[in-house]
Amino acid sequence: MKYVDEFRDKALARRLAAQIAEEADPARSYNFMEFCGGHTHAIFRYGVQDLMPENVNFVHGPGCPVCVLPIPRIDNAIELAEGGAIVCTYGDMMRVPASGRNSLIKAKAGGADIRMIYSTQDALRIARENPDREVVFFAIGFETTTPPTAVAIKQAAAEGLRNFTVFCNHVLTPAAIQHILQSPEVRELGQVHIDGFYGPSHVSSIIGSAPYEYFAREFQKPVVIAGFEPLDVMQSTVMLIRQINEGRFEVENQYTRVVTPEGNAHAKALVSEVFELRRMFEWRGLGDVPYSALRIKDAYGEFDAERRFTLTESRGRDVKGCECPAILRGVKKPTDCKLFGTVCTPDNPMGSCMVSSEGSCAAYWSYGRFRLERVKEAAE
Amino acid sequence: MNRPAKLMEKRFPTRINMRTAKVDMTHGSGGRAMAQLIEELFARHFDNELLRQGNDQALFSPPPGRMVMSVDGHVVSPLFFPGGDIGSLSVHGTINDVAMSGARPLYLSAGFILEEGFALADLERIVISMAQAAKEAGVPVVTGDTKVVERGKGDGVFITTTGIGVVPDGVELSGANVRPGDAILINGAIGEHGVAIMSSRENLAFETEITSDSAALHGLVAEMIAAVPEIHAMRDPTRGGLAATLNEIAWQAKVGMKLDEEAIPMRPEVDAACELLGLDPLYVANEGKLVAFCPAARAEELLAVMRAHPLGREAAIIGRVVEDDMGFVTMETGFGGTRIVDWLAGEQLPRIC
Repeated sequence: MKYVDEFRDKALARRLAAQIAEEADPARSYNFMEFCGGHTHAIFRYGVQDLMPENVNFVHGPGCPVCVLPIPRIDNAIELAEGGAIVCTYGDMMRVPASGRNSLIKAKAGGADIRMIYSTQDALRIARENPDREVVFFAIGFETTTPPTAVAIKQAAAEGLRNFTVFCNHVLTPAAIQHILQSPEVRELGQVHIDGFYGPSHVSSIIGSAPYEYFAREFQKPVVIAGFEPLDVMQSTVMLIRQINEGRFEVENQYTRVVTPEGNAHAKALVSEVFELRRMFEWRGLGDVPYSALRIKDAYGEFDAERRFTLTESRGRDVKGCECPAILRGVKKPTDCKLFGTVCTPDNPMGSCMVSSEGSCAAYWSYGRFRLERVKEAAE
Repeated sequence: MNRPAKLMEKRFPTRINMRTAKVDMTHGSGGRAMAQLIEELFARHFDNELLRQGNDQALFSPPPGRMVMSVDGHVVSPLFFPGGDIGSLSVHGTINDVAMSGARPLYLSAGFILEEGFALADLERIVISMAQAAKEAGVPVVTGDTKVVERGKGDGVFITTTGIGVVPDGVELSGANVRPGDAILINGAIGEHGVAIMSSRENLAFETEITSDSAALHGLVAEMIAAVPEIHAMRDPTRGGLAATLNEIAWQAKVGMKLDEEAIPMRPEVDAACELLGLDPLYVANEGKLVAFCPAARAEELLAVMRAHPLGREAAIIGRVVEDDMGFVTMETGFGGTRIVDWLAGEQLPRIC
């Protein structure tokens, strides 16, 4: 499979590793946040950390779409299903903990009609097949998953599919990165050292590289838009190290095979036709972030689950002791959490970061925890 | 004298029309309809000496030696998939579970749970496929059972098979026998059954060339243990894939394992399909694969024996067993880093076998 394998080539990886080791200044450390869960997953799945010198560190960011959704929103989705609607959602969402140790998968076992789907087209099909039932698509994700939701809403409007609605939880990447950079932990307390960012790959294919220009300049942090293959991550690391060594803080694009400065004009037009900015949206870990999410415009209001149904305001909070919020901000590592690997594992996740393979706790646990044992052994 | 015989002939005045009829509740009631279904469908296709005894149980003398017994329920959806169906799968699955002990499988039983309304044409197709698989394997279905549940309480048909077999003297296979230093071998490419099922699910409009690897492995097993009796353990990596099987054995034997990703055989189509679906092929089900553990010194010899068999042509040595109190299965990635190959968390895809 040449089209993928060439981005996972061992010889090239070794060459890049040598280059990183050569260019990284041993007198300092380099802490780069990968915003996207896709990068986190690639770093762990391919063991990229093993190829990095000790002073080059990955700080795992909040870009795992299921991780950042706050508990009240999941409570609402369960409420919709228990109220009799068919709730359709992507598989990763099923096991994310809600209030009271509940989750979509547990609600499903309890009799709620919750269906795991692979695309918005599946949700539309279910709506067509069940004209006497309300069908709600539980839409989550960053800019990448937003255009398909916009298409689905437009299709439903064109077909007059009146039993179909969308519970919209689409969020925006640049707002979240900016929020992290403005947080006191980064700005004032210096708890989190972030020297630069790996910019999102798929998200940037939609929004382009231009949206990052502002905060690269404003916060003086280099951004390199990186593809999701392990070689992309390594090449982007070289580019970030060079920017830092040369005192630059620019937006560079490593992922030129897909990302352009302007992004995908057609997708952006679709999104702005159907959605508008929310003034405020709560993120798990980041709290309320202004203008960081989308809602459905009035013109398509009849397809908005939040308008069609009355939803209870849930006050659900993360399990006590769960460090997901701090982990999502890069302030703590999964291993700093008392629950990690004790009561919280991928089989019994207490926090959202342990659910998806893009979550940093799950990635740590599933791919990297042998390293912790090595460290412990070395200490003994 | 002629009267009873004549009555018997008229027990079922007309044959069941397998092309148009559907399963109804009478087919499980214990009455004449059930008897007719058994006679015209199950007994007809599974036909063998023990079944012809016509009793509720098969009577036979056990051969000398130690016996093994294994059971496997099959609920796969869809019932027909590229490379097999629930019938052949239910024969192969149980034969393989028996064979992984090193045993020669002898007999199978089959329990059918049928859903009211299920087309007898489909059931016949499944039974023929099952009979064919049993015949090819030389392991007859010698006793069976049929139940019918109301429409909506099943999904067409569920099949549970039990197998028994006899273990040759001197053969001692157990996951607990695996030792640090053992080589880990597999008889071919991984992930084919799981991807074949996924590609035939209707909600995944997705076409590949991949067919299920469903196959009975006892012939291969017999040649392997004859050539290298020192094999420590064998297991078939079905649900949960290669990753689950290796973790089970690491846990059982209290050892670690180190895999070499580049050595694990996989078809490019399977790799591509998994990439697209976000699945890790290490966790995707197989139905015609076995993993074997043997002392490293005999590994090349065992590999040659496996490769000489039609079901082992793509066999490979994929890693080695190491000392590790934590029981980690790790893998050097094709990229040059190391990762854990953990237990499967949650489920990748339900109703795979």
